[in-house]
Amino acid sequence: MTKPTSQNNNDTVLPAGTPAPEFSLHTTPDQTVKLSKFRRQPVVLAFYPADWSPVCGDQITLYNELLSEFQNLGAQLLGISVDGVWCHSAFSQNRKLRFPLLADFEPKGAVARLYGVYRENDGTSERALFVIDADGVIRWSYVSPVAVNPGAEGILSALEELQHKVEAK
Amino acid sequence: MKSEIASSIPKSKLTLPIGGRDHIHGPIDAPIALQEYGDYECPYCGDAYPVVKAIQERLGDRLCFAFRNCPLVNAHPHAEHAAEAAEAAGTQGKFWEMHDKLFENQTALEDENLAQYAADLGLDARLINEVVAGAHAARVQEDFRSGARGGVNGTPTFFINGVRYDGAPDVDALLTALTQRHPH
Repeated sequence: MTKPTSQNNNDTVLPAGTPAPEFSLHTTPDQTVKLSKFRRQPVVLAFYPADWSPVCGDQITLYNELLSEFQNLGAQLLGISVDGVWCHSAFSQNRKLRFPLLADFEPKGAVARLYGVYRENDGTSERALFVIDADGVIRWSYVSPVAVNPGAEGILSALEELQHKVEAK
Repeated sequence: MKSEIASSIPKSKLTLPIGGRDHIHGPIDAPIALQEYGDYECPYCGDAYPVVKAIQERLGDRLCFAFRNCPLVNAHPHAEHAAEAAEAAGTQGKFWEMHDKLFENQTALEDENLAQYAADLGLDARLINEVVAGAHAARVQEDFRSGARGGVNGTPTFFINGVRYDGAPDVDALLTALTQRHPH
Protein backbone atom coordinates (compact mmCIF):
# COMPACT_ATOMS: atom_id res chain seq x y z
CA MET A 1 0.00 0.00 0.00
CA THR A 2 1.25 3.47 -0.81
CA LYS A 3 1.69 5.85 2.05
CA PRO A 4 -1.38 8.04 2.47
CA THR A 5 -0.79 11.58 1.28
CA SER A 6 -1.39 14.51 3.55
CA GLN A 7 -4.15 15.87 1.30
CA ASN A 8 -7.46 16.03 3.00
CA ASN A 9 -10.96 16.70 1.77
CA ASN A 10 -11.95 19.22 4.42
CA ASP A 11 -13.04 21.60 1.68
CA THR A 12 -15.13 19.16 -0.33
CA VAL A 13 -16.91 17.17 2.39
CA LEU A 14 -20.67 17.69 2.28
CA PRO A 15 -21.55 19.99 5.17
CA ALA A 16 -24.47 19.98 7.60
CA GLY A 17 -27.72 21.02 5.98
CA THR A 18 -27.08 19.16 2.70
CA PRO A 19 -29.52 16.41 1.69
CA ALA A 20 -27.61 13.12 1.92
CA PRO A 21 -27.07 11.71 -1.59
CA GLU A 22 -28.99 8.46 -2.12
CA PHE A 23 -27.04 5.26 -2.79
CA SER A 24 -27.54 1.54 -3.04
CA LEU A 25 -24.54 -0.67 -2.24
CA HIS A 26 -23.82 -4.32 -1.66
CA THR A 27 -23.30 -5.38 1.93
CA THR A 28 -23.08 -9.11 1.10
CA PRO A 29 -22.85 -10.80 -2.31
CA ASP A 30 -26.65 -11.05 -2.52
CA GLN A 31 -27.84 -8.15 -0.35
CA THR A 32 -27.89 -4.46 -1.05
CA VAL A 33 -28.56 -1.57 1.30
CA LYS A 34 -30.28 1.61 0.20
CA LEU A 35 -29.84 4.76 2.27
CA SER A 36 -33.50 5.78 1.89
CA LYS A 37 -34.52 2.53 3.56
CA PHE A 38 -33.54 4.18 6.84
CA ARG A 39 -35.84 7.21 6.64
CA ARG A 40 -37.53 7.81 9.98
CA GLN A 41 -34.34 7.09 11.88
CA PRO A 42 -30.92 8.75 12.03
CA VAL A 43 -28.07 7.09 10.16
CA VAL A 44 -24.40 7.19 11.08
CA LEU A 45 -22.35 6.79 7.91
CA ALA A 46 -18.74 5.96 8.77
CA PHE A 47 -16.35 6.08 5.79
CA TYR A 48 -13.00 4.46 6.52
CA PRO A 49 -10.02 3.81 4.22
CA ALA A 50 -9.77 0.02 4.36
CA ASP A 51 -10.69 -3.20 6.11
CA TRP A 52 -7.83 -4.73 8.14
CA SER A 53 -5.57 -1.68 8.46
CA PRO A 54 -4.79 -1.23 12.18
CA VAL A 55 -6.35 2.15 12.87
CA CYS A 56 -9.55 1.32 11.00
CA GLY A 57 -9.65 -1.95 12.87
CA ASP A 58 -9.66 -0.10 16.14
CA GLN A 59 -12.23 2.40 14.96
CA ILE A 60 -14.59 -0.20 13.57
CA THR A 61 -14.07 -2.43 16.61
CA LEU A 62 -14.88 0.50 18.88
CA TYR A 63 -18.08 1.31 17.00
CA ASN A 64 -19.08 -2.34 17.21
CA GLU A 65 -18.71 -2.17 20.99
CA LEU A 66 -20.69 1.07 21.08
CA LEU A 67 -23.52 -0.22 18.94
CA SER A 68 -25.97 -0.23 21.83
CA GLU A 69 -25.13 3.43 22.54
CA PHE A 70 -25.98 4.31 18.93
CA GLN A 71 -29.12 2.17 19.11
CA ASN A 72 -30.22 3.86 22.34
CA LEU A 73 -30.16 7.08 20.37
CA GLY A 74 -32.28 5.45 17.66
CA ALA A 75 -29.53 5.38 15.05
CA GLN A 76 -28.46 2.86 12.42
CA LEU A 77 -24.71 2.55 11.92
CA LEU A 78 -23.31 1.82 8.44
CA GLY A 79 -19.60 1.31 7.72
CA ILE A 80 -18.41 2.02 4.20
CA SER A 81 -15.12 1.53 2.35
CA VAL A 82 -13.92 0.73 -1.16
CA ASP A 83 -13.30 -2.92 -0.22
CA GLY A 84 -15.35 -5.60 -1.97
CA VAL A 85 -18.06 -7.77 -0.38
CA TRP A 86 -15.85 -10.82 0.18
CA CYS A 87 -13.25 -8.73 1.94
CA HIS A 88 -15.95 -7.10 4.07
CA SER A 89 -17.43 -10.47 4.88
CA ALA A 90 -14.09 -11.90 6.08
CA PHE A 91 -13.33 -8.76 8.07
CA SER A 92 -16.78 -8.70 9.56
CA GLN A 93 -16.58 -12.34 10.67
CA ASN A 94 -13.11 -11.88 12.07
CA ARG A 95 -14.12 -8.87 14.17
CA LYS A 96 -17.61 -10.21 14.96
CA LEU A 97 -19.20 -7.05 13.63
CA ARG A 98 -22.91 -6.55 14.27
CA PHE A 99 -23.57 -3.78 11.77
CA PRO A 100 -23.38 -3.74 7.95
CA LEU A 101 -20.28 -2.83 5.98
CA LEU A 102 -21.05 -1.42 2.55
CA ALA A 103 -18.85 -2.06 -0.49
CA ASP A 104 -18.20 1.19 -2.38
CA PHE A 105 -16.41 -1.01 -4.86
CA GLU A 106 -17.86 -0.67 -8.39
CA PRO A 107 -17.61 1.96 -9.68
CA LYS A 108 -14.87 2.35 -7.12
CA GLY A 109 -15.45 5.07 -4.55
CA ALA A 110 -18.54 6.43 -6.31
CA VAL A 111 -20.39 7.07 -3.04
CA ALA A 112 -17.30 8.54 -1.38
CA ARG A 113 -17.09 10.97 -4.32
CA LEU A 114 -20.76 11.88 -3.88
CA TYR A 115 -20.07 12.80 -0.27
CA GLY A 116 -16.87 14.66 -1.15
CA VAL A 117 -14.54 12.33 0.74
CA TYR A 118 -12.66 10.36 -1.94
CA ARG A 119 -8.85 10.48 -1.90
CA GLU A 120 -7.82 10.35 -5.54
CA ASN A 121 -4.13 9.73 -4.87
CA ASP A 122 -4.73 6.85 -2.46
CA GLY A 123 -7.72 5.23 -4.13
CA THR A 124 -9.59 5.11 -0.82
CA SER A 125 -12.04 7.28 1.06
CA GLU A 126 -11.19 9.62 3.88
CA ARG A 127 -11.86 8.63 7.45
CA ALA A 128 -15.09 10.65 7.41
CA LEU A 129 -18.20 10.62 9.55
CA PHE A 130 -21.72 11.74 8.68
CA VAL A 131 -24.77 11.89 10.90
CA ILE A 132 -27.93 11.95 8.76
CA ASP A 133 -31.30 12.77 10.30
CA ALA A 134 -34.59 10.92 9.85
CA ASP A 135 -35.49 13.17 6.90
CA GLY A 136 -32.30 12.27 5.04
CA VAL A 137 -30.45 15.52 5.70
CA ILE A 138 -26.81 15.60 6.82
CA ARG A 139 -26.71 17.15 10.30
CA TRP A 140 -23.03 16.70 11.13
CA SER A 141 -19.94 15.78 9.15
CA TYR A 142 -16.33 15.40 10.10
CA VAL A 143 -13.12 14.40 8.29
CA SER A 144 -10.45 12.98 10.56
CA PRO A 145 -6.79 12.83 9.63
CA VAL A 146 -6.44 9.39 8.00
CA ALA A 147 -4.04 8.11 10.67
CA VAL A 148 -6.20 9.24 13.61
CA ASN A 149 -9.06 7.20 14.99
CA PRO A 150 -11.78 9.82 15.56
CA GLY A 151 -13.51 7.87 18.33
CA ALA A 152 -17.25 8.26 18.85
CA GLU A 153 -17.77 11.36 20.94
CA GLY A 154 -18.61 13.58 17.92
CA ILE A 155 -21.18 11.08 16.63
CA LEU A 156 -22.78 10.66 20.05
CA SER A 157 -23.03 14.43 20.57
CA ALA A 158 -24.58 14.92 17.12
CA LEU A 159 -27.11 12.14 17.72
CA GLU A 160 -28.02 13.58 21.11
CA GLU A 161 -28.55 16.98 19.57
CA LEU A 162 -30.87 15.39 16.99
CA GLN A 163 -32.82 13.70 19.73
CA HIS A 164 -33.25 16.98 21.61
CA LYS A 165 -34.54 18.63 18.45
CA VAL A 166 -37.06 15.85 17.87
CA GLU A 167 -38.22 16.08 21.49
CA ALA A 168 -38.56 19.86 21.21
CA LYS A 169 -40.89 19.56 18.21
CA MET B 1 -16.67 25.81 6.13
CA LYS B 2 -13.40 24.14 6.98
CA SER B 3 -13.11 25.81 10.36
CA GLU B 4 -16.76 25.21 11.16
CA ILE B 5 -16.37 21.52 10.61
CA ALA B 6 -13.12 21.36 12.49
CA SER B 7 -14.60 23.22 15.45
CA SER B 8 -17.68 21.04 15.57
CA ILE B 9 -15.76 18.22 17.21
CA PRO B 10 -14.63 18.93 20.74
CA LYS B 11 -11.03 18.42 21.76
CA SER B 12 -10.91 15.05 23.42
CA LYS B 13 -11.20 15.60 27.11
CA LEU B 14 -12.32 13.48 30.01
CA THR B 15 -15.99 14.24 30.52
CA LEU B 16 -16.00 12.59 33.93
CA PRO B 17 -13.07 13.96 35.94
CA ILE B 18 -11.11 11.68 38.25
CA GLY B 19 -12.92 11.70 41.55
CA GLY B 20 -14.19 9.77 44.53
CA ARG B 21 -15.79 7.06 42.38
CA ASP B 22 -12.45 6.11 40.87
CA HIS B 23 -9.80 3.60 41.79
CA ILE B 24 -6.74 5.72 42.18
CA HIS B 25 -3.12 5.06 42.99
CA GLY B 26 -1.24 8.05 44.39
CA PRO B 27 -2.56 11.22 46.00
CA ILE B 28 -5.77 12.57 44.47
CA ASP B 29 -4.26 16.08 44.56
CA ALA B 30 -1.01 15.04 42.87
CA PRO B 31 0.16 17.57 40.25
CA ILE B 32 0.03 14.98 37.46
CA ALA B 33 -3.02 12.82 36.75
CA LEU B 34 -2.84 9.83 34.42
CA GLN B 35 -6.11 8.14 33.56
CA GLU B 36 -6.21 4.84 31.69
CA TYR B 37 -9.21 3.26 30.01
CA GLY B 38 -8.28 -0.39 29.65
CA ASP B 39 -9.42 -3.93 28.95
CA TYR B 40 -7.88 -6.83 30.89
CA GLU B 41 -7.91 -9.11 27.85
CA CYS B 42 -6.47 -6.54 25.43
CA PRO B 43 -2.85 -7.35 24.50
CA TYR B 44 -1.98 -3.67 24.05
CA CYS B 45 -3.23 -2.94 27.56
CA GLY B 46 -1.10 -5.87 28.69
CA ASP B 47 1.90 -4.19 27.06
CA ALA B 48 1.03 -0.90 28.76
CA TYR B 49 0.77 -2.49 32.23
CA PRO B 50 4.53 -2.60 32.97
CA VAL B 51 4.89 0.83 31.36
CA VAL B 52 2.46 2.33 33.87
CA LYS B 53 4.23 0.53 36.72
CA ALA B 54 7.56 2.00 35.63
CA ILE B 55 6.06 5.46 35.39
CA GLN B 56 4.50 5.16 38.85
CA GLU B 57 7.88 4.20 40.22
CA ARG B 58 9.59 7.15 38.55
CA LEU B 59 7.05 9.79 39.51
CA GLY B 60 6.08 8.52 42.95
CA ASP B 61 3.75 10.86 44.81
CA ARG B 62 3.73 13.39 42.02
CA LEU B 63 1.42 11.07 40.07
CA CYS B 64 -2.19 10.09 40.57
CA PHE B 65 -3.02 7.09 38.37
CA ALA B 66 -6.64 6.07 37.82
CA PHE B 67 -7.97 3.05 35.94
CA ARG B 68 -11.41 2.75 34.36
CA ASN B 69 -12.85 -0.24 32.57
CA CYS B 70 -13.32 -0.31 28.84
CA PRO B 71 -13.98 -3.98 28.02
CA LEU B 72 -14.30 -4.62 24.27
CA VAL B 73 -16.62 -7.55 24.79
CA ASN B 74 -17.09 -8.56 21.16
CA ALA B 75 -13.37 -8.78 20.59
CA HIS B 76 -12.52 -10.13 24.06
CA PRO B 77 -15.02 -12.62 25.47
CA HIS B 78 -13.42 -12.67 28.96
CA ALA B 79 -12.96 -8.95 29.37
CA GLU B 80 -16.30 -8.16 30.97
CA HIS B 81 -16.09 -10.72 33.78
CA ALA B 82 -12.47 -9.78 34.37
CA ALA B 83 -13.45 -6.12 34.74
CA GLU B 84 -16.29 -7.04 37.09
CA ALA B 85 -13.95 -9.23 39.13
CA ALA B 86 -11.63 -6.28 39.65
CA GLU B 87 -14.58 -4.14 40.71
CA ALA B 88 -15.79 -6.91 43.03
CA ALA B 89 -12.31 -7.10 44.55
CA GLY B 90 -12.48 -3.32 44.91
CA THR B 91 -15.52 -3.60 47.17
CA GLN B 92 -13.34 -5.81 49.39
CA GLY B 93 -10.50 -3.28 49.32
CA LYS B 94 -8.26 -5.12 46.86
CA PHE B 95 -8.91 -3.52 43.48
CA TRP B 96 -5.26 -2.97 42.58
CA GLU B 97 -4.21 -6.42 43.71
CA MET B 98 -6.81 -7.99 41.39
CA HIS B 99 -5.99 -5.50 38.63
CA ASP B 100 -2.36 -6.63 38.73
CA LYS B 101 -3.28 -10.34 38.83
CA LEU B 102 -5.48 -9.96 35.77
CA PHE B 103 -2.87 -8.15 33.70
CA GLU B 104 -0.24 -10.65 34.77
CA ASN B 105 -2.48 -13.53 33.68
CA GLN B 106 -4.14 -12.18 30.56
CA THR B 107 -4.44 -15.56 28.91
CA ALA B 108 -6.16 -17.19 31.89
CA LEU B 109 -9.34 -15.22 32.50
CA GLU B 110 -11.99 -17.94 32.65
CA ASP B 111 -14.42 -17.71 35.56
CA GLU B 112 -12.57 -20.48 37.40
CA ASN B 113 -9.32 -18.54 37.02
CA LEU B 114 -11.02 -15.44 38.45
CA ALA B 115 -12.25 -17.49 41.41
CA GLN B 116 -8.72 -18.76 41.95
CA TYR B 117 -7.25 -15.24 41.91
CA ALA B 118 -9.85 -14.17 44.44
CA ALA B 119 -8.81 -17.08 46.66
CA ASP B 120 -5.12 -16.25 46.18
CA LEU B 121 -5.81 -12.71 47.35
CA GLY B 122 -7.76 -13.93 50.37
CA LEU B 123 -11.03 -12.47 49.12
CA ASP B 124 -14.50 -13.67 49.98
CA ALA B 125 -15.28 -16.69 47.82
CA ARG B 126 -18.66 -15.21 46.91
CA LEU B 127 -16.80 -12.81 44.61
CA ILE B 128 -17.22 -15.06 41.61
CA ASN B 129 -20.95 -15.45 42.25
CA GLU B 130 -21.29 -11.68 42.26
CA VAL B 131 -19.44 -11.57 38.96
CA VAL B 132 -21.59 -14.23 37.36
CA ALA B 133 -24.74 -12.49 38.64
CA GLY B 134 -23.57 -9.21 37.11
CA ALA B 135 -23.57 -7.38 40.44
CA HIS B 136 -20.84 -5.02 39.25
CA ALA B 137 -21.92 -4.75 35.61
CA ALA B 138 -23.51 -1.32 36.03
CA ARG B 139 -20.30 0.13 37.38
CA VAL B 140 -18.30 -1.28 34.45
CA GLN B 141 -20.89 0.09 32.03
CA GLU B 142 -20.64 3.53 33.64
CA ASP B 143 -16.87 3.49 33.10
CA PHE B 144 -17.32 2.37 29.50
CA ARG B 145 -19.86 5.08 28.73
CA SER B 146 -17.76 7.81 30.28
CA GLY B 147 -14.99 6.68 27.95
CA ALA B 148 -17.16 6.74 24.84
CA ARG B 149 -18.25 10.28 25.69
CA GLY B 150 -14.80 11.38 26.63
CA GLY B 151 -12.92 10.50 23.48
CA VAL B 152 -11.70 6.97 24.15
CA ASN B 153 -10.78 5.64 20.70
CA GLY B 154 -9.50 2.17 21.47
CA THR B 155 -7.71 0.39 24.29
CA PRO B 156 -5.69 1.48 26.05
CA THR B 157 -6.55 5.18 25.92
CA PHE B 158 -4.65 7.48 28.27
CA PHE B 159 -5.57 10.97 29.45
CA ILE B 160 -2.99 13.26 30.98
CA ASN B 161 -4.56 15.84 33.27
CA GLY B 162 -7.82 15.23 31.45
CA VAL B 163 -6.60 15.55 27.87
CA ARG B 164 -6.26 12.51 25.61
CA TYR B 165 -2.71 11.38 24.98
CA ASP B 166 -2.25 10.27 21.37
CA GLY B 167 1.48 9.48 21.52
CA ALA B 168 3.23 6.14 21.81
CA PRO B 169 2.43 4.15 24.97
CA ASP B 170 6.06 3.62 25.97
CA VAL B 171 7.84 4.79 29.12
CA ASP B 172 9.96 7.53 27.56
CA ALA B 173 7.23 9.12 25.47
CA LEU B 174 4.68 8.99 28.28
CA LEU B 175 7.13 10.33 30.86
CA THR B 176 8.03 13.20 28.57
CA ALA B 177 4.37 14.07 28.08
CA LEU B 178 3.59 13.69 31.77
CA THR B 179 6.42 15.90 32.97
CA GLN B 180 6.18 18.52 30.23
CA ARG B 181 4.30 20.97 32.40
CA HIS B 182 5.64 19.72 35.68
CA PRO B 183 9.43 19.54 35.31
CA HIS B 184 11.51 17.99 38.06
